[in-house]
Formats: sequence, C-alpha cells, structure tokens
Amino acid sequence: MDLVIARPEGLYCPAGDFYIDPWRPVERSVITHAHGDHARTGNQHYLAAAPGEGILRARLGQDINLQTLAYGERLLHHGVTLSFHPAGHVLGSAQVRLQYRGEVWVASGDYKIEPDGTCAPFEPVRCHTFITESTFGLPIYRWQPQAQVFAEINQWWQANAAQDKTSVLLCYSFGKAQRILHGIDAGLGPILVHGAVEPLNRVYREAGVHLPATIYAGDVQKNDPLMRKALVIAPPSAGGSTWMRRFGDFSDGFASGWMRLRGTRRRRGVDRGFVLSDHADWPGLLWAIEQSGAQRVMVTHGSVAVLVRHLREQGLDAQAFDTEYGDDEEEPVAVEHEPTEATS
Amino acid sequence: MRAFAQLYAELDATTSSNAKLLAMQRYFAQAAPEDAAWAVYFLSGGRPRQLVPARLLHDLAIEQSGLSTWLFEESYQAVGDLAETISLILPEAPHVSSDGLAVWVEKKLLPLRGESPEVLARQLPELWSQLDRTSLMLCIKLITGSFRVGVSKLLVTRALATMAHLDSKRVAQRLVGYTDLSNRPSAASYLKLIAAESADEHAQRGGQPYPFFLAHALSQPVEQFDALLGPASQWQVEWKWDGIRAQVVKRDAKLWVWSRGEELVTERFPELANLNHVLPDGTVIDGEIVVWKADQPDTADAFDPQSPTAPAVQPFALLQQRIGRKTLSKKMLGDIPVVILAYDLLEWAGEDWRNQPQAQRRAQLEQVIARCNHPALLASPLLTGEDWFDLARQREDSRRLGVEGMMLKAQDALYGVGRTKDVGVWWKWKVDPFSVDAVLIYAQRGHGRRASLFSDYTFAVWDGPPDASERTLVPFAKAYSGLTDAEMRQVDSIVRKTTVEKFGPVISVKPSLVFELGFEGIALSKRHKSGIAVRFPRMLRWRQDKSVDEADHLGTLQDLLQ
Repeated sequence: MDLVIARPEGLYCPAGDFYIDPWRPVERSVITHAHGDHARTGNQHYLAAAPGEGILRARLGQDINLQTLAYGERLLHHGVTLSFHPAGHVLGSAQVRLQYRGEVWVASGDYKIEPDGTCAPFEPVRCHTFITESTFGLPIYRWQPQAQVFAEINQWWQANAAQDKTSVLLCYSFGKAQRILHGIDAGLGPILVHGAVEPLNRVYREAGVHLPATIYAGDVQKNDPLMRKALVIAPPSAGGSTWMRRFGDFSDGFASGWMRLRGTRRRRGVDRGFVLSDHADWPGLLWAIEQSGAQRVMVTHGSVAVLVRHLREQGLDAQAFDTEYGDDEEEPVAVEHEPTEATS
Repeated sequence: MRAFAQLYAELDATTSSNAKLLAMQRYFAQAAPEDAAWAVYFLSGGRPRQLVPARLLHDLAIEQSGLSTWLFEESYQAVGDLAETISLILPEAPHVSSDGLAVWVEKKLLPLRGESPEVLARQLPELWSQLDRTSLMLCIKLITGSFRVGVSKLLVTRALATMAHLDSKRVAQRLVGYTDLSNRPSAASYLKLIAAESADEHAQRGGQPYPFFLAHALSQPVEQFDALLGPASQWQVEWKWDGIRAQVVKRDAKLWVWSRGEELVTERFPELANLNHVLPDGTVIDGEIVVWKADQPDTADAFDPQSPTAPAVQPFALLQQRIGRKTLSKKMLGDIPVVILAYDLLEWAGEDWRNQPQAQRRAQLEQVIARCNHPALLASPLLTGEDWFDLARQREDSRRLGVEGMMLKAQDALYGVGRTKDVGVWWKWKVDPFSVDAVLIYAQRGHGRRASLFSDYTFAVWDGPPDASERTLVPFAKAYSGLTDAEMRQVDSIVRKTTVEKFGPVISVKPSLVFELGFEGIALSKRHKSGIAVRFPRMLRWRQDKSVDEADHLGTLQDLLQ
C-alpha cells in the first residue's frame, strides 16, 4: 500500500489520515516549511519541525493549532511513525519521514544540499520511497559554491559604493534574504532592509542565527549620505516600483537560481543577476535521491517529466506526483508577488 | 579571449548606454591592437561565415557532456541558445587559456572551416577545455556566426572616438565597410580607425560609402503636422520604397554598390554595376534598389495614381528571390530587373556634399541623373501637395502603388550620420499595417530574452465565415514580437495550462487566445496551407475582449490581397 498518495487537497497519508503541505484546508496537516505554497492557512491542526515554529506563527497567525517536534524526534500516530529531518532549504524546513509496517517514505518538501549556516544542513534519510521536488531538474542548473557568489555580491557592492551608488539586491524575503545577510561581508557598509524582510530577520535572530546589524529602509532619510554606500535587501516585488525611487542613483541585482540563464537574467532587466538558489541543483537532486537509497521516487513540482524519465533510465521506479506547489517550472510567475511567495 | 568575454559579460549585464560605453572604453584602452581589431569587428556586427555546422557542435556537445540526447534537447529548449546550452552542460575548464582574441580567431577558430568531422571532433573539445564558461559560450557563438550583444554600431563608434579623442563622425566614416567579408581586421586596420586626423584622409578612402542617414518614425495624426513640422512646403516629400537601401559609389574609375548593412553587393546587381560607364568619378548616390517593370521608364508616369497601368515597382518578395542567388541567370535578370531610385547625392566631383542643404543636393542630383540618362538610374519622384491633408490623401494610394508610405525630409536638412536629429530630420510616415484578429494555436519556447517562455506562436484564422456550418482553424502566420514582458508571462502560463499535444519543441494549445496581428504585406503562396503568406507579422494587441469565434476568417485575408 502506498504511504502517500496525491489527492485534490494535497499529498495524503491514508494510514495516518493526514496531509503533507496541503493546498486546500484540511483537518490534519504536516508542514515541511513555511513558504506560502507549502504552508497555507485554514488547517485545523498543524505539525511541523520545532525550529520553524516562529516563522509559521509569524506567517499563519500566532493562534494556529501547532504542534512541533525536534529534528529526529518520533511521533506515533495511527500506527505511522513520523519524524522530521533537516532539508537545508530555509529555517525550520524539514523532510518528513513516515514509517508504517516496515515501509519507509520520505517527503522532502523543498531542499538544498549546500549548508549555509542559517538553517540545519540537509541530512540524507534512507527510505524505500523518496518524494522529491524538481524545481531545477535540468542538467543546465549547477550551482557554484556559495562563497563564490557572496564574493561576487561583495565586489558589486564595493564597486557601487565607490561610485556613490546604492546597491539594491532583490531576493525572496524569507530564506534567501537571511542567507545573503549571513554570507556577505557586513564590514563593507551599512545594510538596509525592506519592510517585508525585517520581521523575518527578527525571527531568524530569535532562533539564534547570526545576522549582521540591519537598518529598516523606511527609517533612513532620502538624502542621507549613508544611502550611497548601502546595500539594500528587498523583495522582488519592490523592483521597478515607486519604492525604489528613494535611492536615486542605484544599481540593482537579483539573486535567484533562475539567473543562471541569460534569457531570464535579461528579462528581469536588472544590472546584475546572482545565481543563488535555496533549491538543489541537478547534481544535488541526483545526489539526494541516491543517498536516500530509495528504489521508488515520486517527483513533484518543477521539471517533473524530465526528472522522471532520467530516473527511469537509471533503473529507478519513478513517477510524477501532481501538486500545486510553486508554479515555478520556468520563469516563476507566482513568485514575483510577495504575498504568494514561493521560493527559487 | 578572457578580456573580451569579460567585456561581453559587462555589456550583456546592463541596459545603460553609459555603462556600456564605459565598459568598451576600458576594454579598448587595455586591449592589444590586434585583439581590439576583432572586438570592433564583432561588436559592430561583423560575422565570419559559419565555421562548423551547428549539427556537428550539437552532437559533439552531447558526446562530451555524457547526457542522453533527449536530455540535451530538453536543456536546449529551456535555454533557447545552442552556445549557451553547451557552455552550461560541459564541465568548467580547470585551466584557462591566456591567448588574446586575435590568436583565438585567427589561429584557432578560422582554421576550423572546412575541416573533416573527425578532425573537428578531436580539435573542438581541446579548444573548449581551455575556456571559462563565458568564453566558451562566446567561442561557440563566434564559430556559429551567432554572436550578438546589445550595442549599436553608433555606440562602438562613440567609444572609439572618445578614447582616441576624435570626432565620432570621423570614426563612423572610417568604420564603414569594416565588417564586410572582404575586410580582415588587423592591428593595422584598427590603428587606422583611431589614428589622428590626416590631411589626405579623403583621398584614402577607395570605395568606402558614407554612413547612412536614417529616418525616424512619425506616428502622430496629420492634424498635428502643422504644429509639429511647419508647413508642408518646407519639406521634400517622397514615397517610402520597399526595397534595399543602397549607396552607389563611383571613384577612381571603379564602382561599388553598398547595402545599408554595409555589405558590398555590387556583383548582385549587374544593372547597377553598368552605371560605372556613365557616372563621373567622385560621385556617391543614395537611393533604394527596387524591382522595376515599366513600359515607360519614366518615374513620373509610372507613379501617377491616375495612370491606368499597374505600378512599375514590384513587391519586395520578388527582389528577395534575386538576393538569395549566388549566380544570376540571364532569365532571372530579364524577369526581375532592378533600378536604383535615387534620392540623395552625398558626393559630387570628389567633394563631400553632406553639409549642403537637402534641396540643393536634390537639385544637383536631378542634373546628375539627367546627364547620365541611364535606364537603371531613376530619380525618386517628389510629391507635392497643397498642405499636409492633401498629402495624407495621396498617401492613401500607398498600398496600391506598392510603397510603405511617405518620407518627409526637411528642405534645409543636412545629411546626418546614422539615426540622428542634430543636423535635420528625415521622417518615415508609414501607412498603418494590415491587421486581422487571429487565434493562437501552436506555441514554442523562444530564444534569447524570451528563452524558456512559450513566446513564439503560430496563428490561425477560420476557413469559413461565422455562419459556415463547419469550419476549422488554418494556420497562416508565426509571430513572437509585440507583447510586453508581463503579457508574455501571462500568455506563457495560459499556454502551459491549455496544452493539448507536444510535437518535439512545438505544443498545440486549446484555442482560446485571440490577437490582433499586424503585417506589412500579403501575397499568394503555394508553400503555406492557407495559400497566403504575410510579411513582418507581429502582435499588435491581445484581444482579451474577443472570443475565438469572433476571430477573422480566410475571406478577410483574401480581401486584403486585392
């Protein structure tokens, strides 16, 4: 019997009678992480990994009925043993391990392989069936080590500051923003953040993640010379908006895995594209699948058909799972608007 | 190679002209002259013929990457560019070549042409393994002749001029013909571009044409013309021909014909080459090459709207048949004869006339043409009207006469360099394009800026009128331009949701989207299912207010053929 099946409401575990990251309101939900397309409002009961509690409550409401487990801690529910294991995607992100009558499934949500210091690093979990995302499921997607990307950002920031130009870096306000703040050289100048980013910084800091001092952009006067030397972290929706006018002469950059392609970079119309993703790249996906030891792989959101076909060629039993997670197969449409934020 | 790749990355990363200018200046200030020579060549649009067949590159890349063919194709579809795809799937080179652009082009790339597949299969991977990612992409683009980057020739000219402290018009003049296949960039040719002004500059130019003066589009309603342009009498008005813009240069007893792309095309137009016998040395004429069939080789008659005979100028499609041929048969020369409709005189008696007012250049031009009395050299007729409204009425004949509208040239304008307005203006006052409402039925992912978005569409109209009992959609045109980025993303997401079938890279969609399609010309065609071929189709508007049933039908297109 399949431990997880795709239903109109979401991925469902019949044995345990609960849903994983449902996109329609259900009674019992298990949440892999707090991005908007995985954690939605309206469920009667939420179960998530403990480090994600602050963010989940901040996003879905302080009063949600939320139960948490530490990574690795086991919970027995209707005969199903459930536990969370780090997915390395954003703070609190987890793979969900389900065990029932000797059969083990892992639903990985979104994940990233390279450790980044802002959340617990990805941990491979052995299983019979592995449910994987496929956002960047094409061999053209291979990430550079993040240190290299941060060095590029530092360089860009320094060059702009030398010309008295503000550096505005657009990125998703939850996860990517904090990862960048954590990774860049804060000694280069003042760091300003958009109103959508600051509350999340607070949650990260409360969770003990080190972030450099940041200034809320709204608190800085328009003509403050500080602005000219600053790095500004803002969500993509701020790009090209009136909010940007306050910076006068600025250079803009965008940090996303999609920036790997010249076409998407040019379409975005920013001065610089930095290739930085919170998802696994192609080698990362294949590595994670291999490490899980699973013979059966269910592929969700992204390049589903490609990854399924490739895995079958490798001799695995791969299938597609139809989900409504982040409609970000190519150039994500949904992710451009902050309220319906997904990740890239 | 690396420095040039760095420049490419900088140019590609910004949309600011100023930033591009600075990047080029930085590059030219540091580059060795032989490297700079090739950089100027590529940046201003020069392309050597394809060195290696794309198919071979493609197969070799698959082999080198170890990917399955289908996985490579999927990757290519997502990237939309062969060179970029290859650069993304091959492992990054551990050691990078320090050879300059000239060495790469002359010693490593150009010699690849004509090599056997076996030799190429050995040599290419070795070359690739010496390049970082951007250089590798560039290298492949140079090999396939698909190198493009967002700088205009004008911008390259300005960068060189600023760096060398020269007038940019002077540099533009020297640059003319630089990218023609007959010219091979070298340190010497580059140094000549940026050399200090010399007294005998004029004498040294051989068959070089002048930089073309380009027109601006005029789209305001005619009611505003008086306020905008002043009285019509201050303007020289001509038809806007649908042919090939060209300069005929006669110097030192030789004659050259240059196209607007600064390509030497003398051999393709023997009729014009014959002008060598009648034009005096030191003459440069600007005009339009068109296919011309008239009993009376008199332009005034052939263009009298009242004249019962068919217009003498023939559709561009006919000219296209000729341009494509390497050798011109007698029959073709007889069937598709060309003339040049001259409209400007840039040099006369060895003197540069570009600083003479338009009216004077025109008067002198008419004398030159009269004196030559050659059937392939005709004056583009001047149009007169009482006022702008009168001219607007005459302009309504454009379609019937086979022209695109009118050209308005200020009587006192000098002949400028490129698309400038600093010494006077040329306006192109085009007629509105044809338009029909068509249904999107197939989509394909685009290239370049549109990469990985379903942005290239095939459009169809109904094969019967709305009251027909049974009717189907027949494809008749492909288009990809005209939508904003936001619209393109919206259409892309609808296309994905309404996909019916996949045929390789093309998908069919459930017909639901209607667009107003514009095009410049329409002709019968045996090659198309609809029996009709349109020229320059593009999307004018997304008709979200129209349902599929309200789209046009073949009858509408057939009416336009008249």
